[in-house]
Amino acid sequence: MRLSRSWIIALKDFKIFLKKKNIIYSILVVPFIVSFLFPVVIVLEGHSNGGSGIPASELPILLPAFSFFYLILAGMIPTAIASYSLIGEKVEKSLEPLLVTPTTDSEILLGKGIAAFLPPIGAILGGATIFMVLMDLVTHGTLGYYFFPNWNAAIILFLMVPLAVVMSVEWNVIVSARVSDVRIAQQIGILLILPFGAIYVAGELNLIQLSSTITLLIIAGILLLVDLLLLYVAKATFQREEILTKWK
Amino acid sequence: MIDTENLTRKFGNLTAVDSLTLHVDDGEVFGFLGPNGAGKTTTVRMLCCLISKTSGNARIGDYDVGIEADSLKIRELIGLVPDNVGLYDDLSAYDNLDFYGKLYDCTAAQRKENIERLLKMLELWEKKDVAAGTFSKGMKQKLSIARALIHDPQILFMDEPTANLDPESSKTVRDFIIELKKEKKTIFLNTHNLDEAQRICDRIGILNTKLMAIGTPEELEKSVQGRKTVIQIEQAGDAIIAALRKLPLRNLIIDGNKLTIDVTNPEKENVTILDTIFRAGGHVQSVTVVGSTLEDAYLKLVRQTK
Repeated sequence: MRLSRSWIIALKDFKIFLKKKNIIYSILVVPFIVSFLFPVVIVLEGHSNGGSGIPASELPILLPAFSFFYLILAGMIPTAIASYSLIGEKVEKSLEPLLVTPTTDSEILLGKGIAAFLPPIGAILGGATIFMVLMDLVTHGTLGYYFFPNWNAAIILFLMVPLAVVMSVEWNVIVSARVSDVRIAQQIGILLILPFGAIYVAGELNLIQLSSTITLLIIAGILLLVDLLLLYVAKATFQREEILTKWK
Repeated sequence: MIDTENLTRKFGNLTAVDSLTLHVDDGEVFGFLGPNGAGKTTTVRMLCCLISKTSGNARIGDYDVGIEADSLKIRELIGLVPDNVGLYDDLSAYDNLDFYGKLYDCTAAQRKENIERLLKMLELWEKKDVAAGTFSKGMKQKLSIARALIHDPQILFMDEPTANLDPESSKTVRDFIIELKKEKKTIFLNTHNLDEAQRICDRIGILNTKLMAIGTPEELEKSVQGRKTVIQIEQAGDAIIAALRKLPLRNLIIDGNKLTIDVTNPEKENVTILDTIFRAGGHVQSVTVVGSTLEDAYLKLVRQTK
């Protein structure tokens, strides 16, 4: 495996993405809206509560739940870029010339993975940084300390979010092998947010404790296992023989 | 340079290529003719290590097709012009070629030099910064050829490079292939175009799942039994026609004062035919012997397998 070849492919994809405004918007808009929206919700909720703000006892439960929302974004945002990265090649019929170069299937797959991984991670971490700074600003008066950064946020952002982005990329590779339309691939690809959404709702309903480090590590462990399983399927799907003879 | 021995590819119960055995020499332009679904693209894909073979052997240079370790070496040796151009529409012509140059490990200086040389040869240099998606079909095909040559490969596989091109673009592509021939590149050319094959190729193979025939264009033409004698006479009267009909001719076509007669051995048969015309009072204006064409050979071989 020669990482330099994967990087060449990823850089080519970045160059193409930069020319596609819809891809740029779909990566940047949601994380940044969410990052501003949650602090605004806290401020508005405080005003509606007779101006006394959300009670200090509730914030340590609420804020991790908000942080967990970035995991949902991690399942959602790579869909736009990963589906385009592969289906774009299918539509332009550029996979055959790419496959005939002295590049292995794994190097191409990794290149596509890097191209679909880095922009969403950048956008999510950038948005999360804004979110944490603003949240600290609006909650410091109530809590008396800066809630962020903390270990749980670090686990979510630096362990769970990358694992979720990898999962989304792998899922989209598998989906892209079966369809030839970017929009259909995105619609199927986005189904991946359902389990994350379910965990989020379970947290909101206090069925699981999203503020618990153990809970987060267990979810991260499950994500890792699913990633490994999907990697196996994605690698089996992304074989030149399969691509040229069976991909629709 | 390219060798296959009983090369076979099956897709389930369907045999796409059946026991293909051929040899293409270094510096040769080899034309691969056949109808749609004959297995031409499948053969090229096997030889380019894009899909596996079901059985048989193939070698490109010193490397075996089907051996994983050799497959990367083969792909360094070859260039492919696929039947679909497969360019990145959002990237400029220059960036398309630069990307592939990097994948073939060309240095920055080599890439710059090769891109400029190829784009100038193919009359695309002025458009180097224009997105490939805005190009005409002919320009895209030329860019696809440049892409296949960016690393200066020894062997070039071309899958119907002039299909769907207008006559002017087709000529540019054909002329370019002839230039490559002068550079002693080995070219494996899949085509439907008999005229193109005849003009460009040193040898031709006719494939219809199985290899039906192989040889120079002249050899293939001669392989079809029968030639034609065309006789223009001053007045093709009833007496002449009646006299000719008494001869054991295989086929006589009368078109005004032009007679076309199928002959096997014109040197002998024409003497009898002309003598018969003279005796019937005819005045011969011209006599032409027409050989079988590559088209005749192709159609005969392809129809045999139907």
